[in-house]
Amino acid sequence: MKRLLFALVFLGWATAQSQEIPDAWPGVLEKARGQTVYFNAWAGDENTNAFIAWVGQRVRAEHGIELKHVKITLTSEAVARVVAEKAAGRHTGGSIDLIWINGENFLAMKEQGLLFGPFTQRLPNTSLVDTVGKPTTVIDFTVPVDGLESPWRMAQVVYAYDSARLQNPPRSIPAMLDWARRNPGRITHPRVRNFLGSTFLKQALHELADDPQVLLSPATETTFIPVTAPLWRWYEQLKPTLWRKGEQFPETGPAMRQLLADGEIDIMISFNPNEASTAIGKGILPDSVRTFVLEKGTIGNTSFVAIPSNAAHKEGAMAVANFLLSPESQAHAMHPNTMGNFTVLDLNRLTPADRKRFEDLPRGVATLSAAELGRPLLEPHPSWMNRIVDEWERRYAK
Amino acid sequence: MGTPLRQITSPRSAGGLALRLFPAVTLAVFLAPVAAGLVATALPAFGYLPALGGHQVGGAPWQRLLATPGFWTSVHLTVQSGLLATVLALAIVIGFCSAMHDTRLFRRTQVILSPLLATPHVAVAIGLAFLIAPAGWVSRLFSPGLTGWQRPPDLAIVHDAAGLSFVLGLLLKEVPYLMFMTLSALNQIRSAETLVAARSLGYPPAAAWLKTVLPQIYPQIRLPVYAVLAFSMSVVDVAVVLAPTNPPPLSTLVFRMFTDRDLALVFPACAGACLQLLLVVVTLGVWRAGELVFPVLTRRWLTAGGTTKTGGGLRGMWAAVMGTMVAFSIMGTLSLAVWSFAQTWFYPRALPAAWTLSHWERHAADLAGPGLTTLATGFAAALLSLVLSLGCLQNERVNGLGSAARALWLLYTPLLVPQIAFLFGAQMLLVRMDLDGTWIALIWSHLLFVFPYVFLSLADPWRSFDLRYRNSALALTGSPLRTFLRIELPLMGKPALFALAIGFAVSVGQYLPTIFAGGGRFSTLTVEAVTLSSGSDPRVTGIYALVQAGLPLLVYMLAIAYPAWRYRHRKGMG
Repeated sequence: MKRLLFALVFLGWATAQSQEIPDAWPGVLEKARGQTVYFNAWAGDENTNAFIAWVGQRVRAEHGIELKHVKITLTSEAVARVVAEKAAGRHTGGSIDLIWINGENFLAMKEQGLLFGPFTQRLPNTSLVDTVGKPTTVIDFTVPVDGLESPWRMAQVVYAYDSARLQNPPRSIPAMLDWARRNPGRITHPRVRNFLGSTFLKQALHELADDPQVLLSPATETTFIPVTAPLWRWYEQLKPTLWRKGEQFPETGPAMRQLLADGEIDIMISFNPNEASTAIGKGILPDSVRTFVLEKGTIGNTSFVAIPSNAAHKEGAMAVANFLLSPESQAHAMHPNTMGNFTVLDLNRLTPADRKRFEDLPRGVATLSAAELGRPLLEPHPSWMNRIVDEWERRYAK
Repeated sequence: MGTPLRQITSPRSAGGLALRLFPAVTLAVFLAPVAAGLVATALPAFGYLPALGGHQVGGAPWQRLLATPGFWTSVHLTVQSGLLATVLALAIVIGFCSAMHDTRLFRRTQVILSPLLATPHVAVAIGLAFLIAPAGWVSRLFSPGLTGWQRPPDLAIVHDAAGLSFVLGLLLKEVPYLMFMTLSALNQIRSAETLVAARSLGYPPAAAWLKTVLPQIYPQIRLPVYAVLAFSMSVVDVAVVLAPTNPPPLSTLVFRMFTDRDLALVFPACAGACLQLLLVVVTLGVWRAGELVFPVLTRRWLTAGGTTKTGGGLRGMWAAVMGTMVAFSIMGTLSLAVWSFAQTWFYPRALPAAWTLSHWERHAADLAGPGLTTLATGFAAALLSLVLSLGCLQNERVNGLGSAARALWLLYTPLLVPQIAFLFGAQMLLVRMDLDGTWIALIWSHLLFVFPYVFLSLADPWRSFDLRYRNSALALTGSPLRTFLRIELPLMGKPALFALAIGFAVSVGQYLPTIFAGGGRFSTLTVEAVTLSSGSDPRVTGIYALVQAGLPLLVYMLAIAYPAWRYRHRKGMG
């Protein structure tokens, strides 16, 4: 047994020796050919799954890469996996090559040195990213990306409502409370440990805080209580008017969407401006559903992909990250029948032919235009979200 | 039951020696990783996990666990729903058997219940939720006609604070399981003769069953009952679908901590996992004490004359209870099926407004890969478990090792330790050996949970085997192997095939082991179903849950049909 273990360790060492990544991009693609890339990505959304399957077909045709979508329910599962591998001493040949990540999971991995890179400057398509107009592509929840993760799609908070039951949705956080008081049981949010649940609270905090600028620095013992006091005053009044009197919450965003479909609630929060249109197209939501944003704007962020430091197939992972940034992939993702999310690219940097791909895209029936959506507000530092979640549980979990 | 017959001691053969290896091999395959998993859980529970910066040993993780909001409610929920589900399941099985044992319906119970037994827990739970939720099928069928509801009522039916729908969801699976175990055990005792004797003494049928058959049956279904209790207390997936959420039962609380983005929660999570183990052990101890006290308390009744009144009403009641269970399961599965063909289905329509095949068409290709993985893993794990179980049990019989039987108790460890905690350590071990994400790891991880069920299902019927058959055959052939293959195995064919089918179904239902040991490289139908259920398109969830339920169902039907057909000419074997 000892001899076997020794042999395995030696084998690991021998593999490690050949893991130099070529400097030039063609060399990276050369090594990427034939690799199998294990892409750990949240799989709760069928449209996104279909998109990832399409990416798999394209990178196989283009680069000879086998893309395997490892379907996970929570990104933190993948983070925990890398941690477990690190704990077990596997510093090379890890089982995850690419993770769909952002925000607090990114911060956790960055802080613990679990990420490979910086690598984004080596991807040719990184030069097309709109880092000025879309600052969230380089600052993820206020945390500098530092080339450790590569953007692939934009997200922004919208609220979906059923216009057959509700004509004038409340367009501010205080108005939402007034509306909920008049219509008890008609709104809810996913449980706060779900990212949409905490986003519901963050969005309210952003509007209610005296100075939202504070949210861009890490929350501290001294800032947290005064800054969030208005949020808790608001939520204290809102909670009894929520669905199930605020005693129960849907597990996830899609579970909440089903409540809207069933007519149990009238308003729901979403992080995808196109979610309602896609769901209408598939018969999941009634075609009377529309979306709105708040008058003072809504939070937006960017989805990224990152490569764990112990990834076995870094070249393949880089090639996939680069493909995700290609105009072809970005335009495909933005089609309302695919996912309908906005591109991370700066259209002015594209060739006319590539730009046309975007200009020709149709818009979903319940999707707002870029102008209607407005410029997204910045995500607070992840520490705010962590503390808000803890505080919510301290107050309301019995 | 009197002193068991002394068996004829078989000659010292190579076979007998080889058999001696079975318990050792089995224990090695199971105990080492289990022990590692436990240690790897216990160390972080006391603060030690260097990879996450845990160098200081102390009670901090426990303090953190106890300070978790809603912690005591979680503990209370776990114990309450675990005990309630077990007591009710046992009561229903005993009540039904005592009242119905001499009816035609009873003889068909096995066939009626097998679909329920075969369906994986998650599929049953999802089906039940689809059925009884405020916007569920029942509500749709009666709205707005009878109820006047244009919108679903704002009622907490599923995820109710008392955990009643959770207990119901558990019952839908535990009752068929205990029922099967009871039926298998009934084959091993001479219940018919006992009952005739009791009734000729004037006992009414139900009382006769309770007083004479139950005391013989219970020791044989004790281990399955323990398994039910432990399972009900530590299940995660059913709890996610049906149990209270704010706070959830302890198992779910621990699971959420393990998968939380805050990696520091691994420490209190490990403490919670240890506590869960402790809770299960203590509750089992309480149950055991109850087993000892119960006969003392009921002795007067047990030995009193046969004057207990049992009328047709009782019989009707138990038939109705069992019928309701079956109806819930069937209707739940049916609602999965209806959803999978629904184009649009908005409340309060009783049926979809438009039907479509498109969901099936879209997902047919995606089903093949996970389907094959499910089949391969399930059969490999179930067959290996069967071989190991037979080897261990035969060794017990041939070499007559009482102590080995006690050592095998350790094999039930995987059923007592919360999966998530156990697997965390096991995963580390696999990674160290570079085995994670391989078929070996996947099948082994399933084996951990499949083997105990297969062994549990097989052990008591096997140990109740009438040794005179074996002794006669040994005397006639002189060959232990031939005796085993020609006499013992065929006579035990029915329980063995059941065990195989149960093993397969258990494997199909495994979610966390597939995720952990499979390294995400293997996808089974259950993984797909659970993952998609977080996506909550009921139509897609319906497809996967249906197919997931269909595979074990098929295997069950084969397990029931084959012996009946094979031994159709032999009375008492079919």
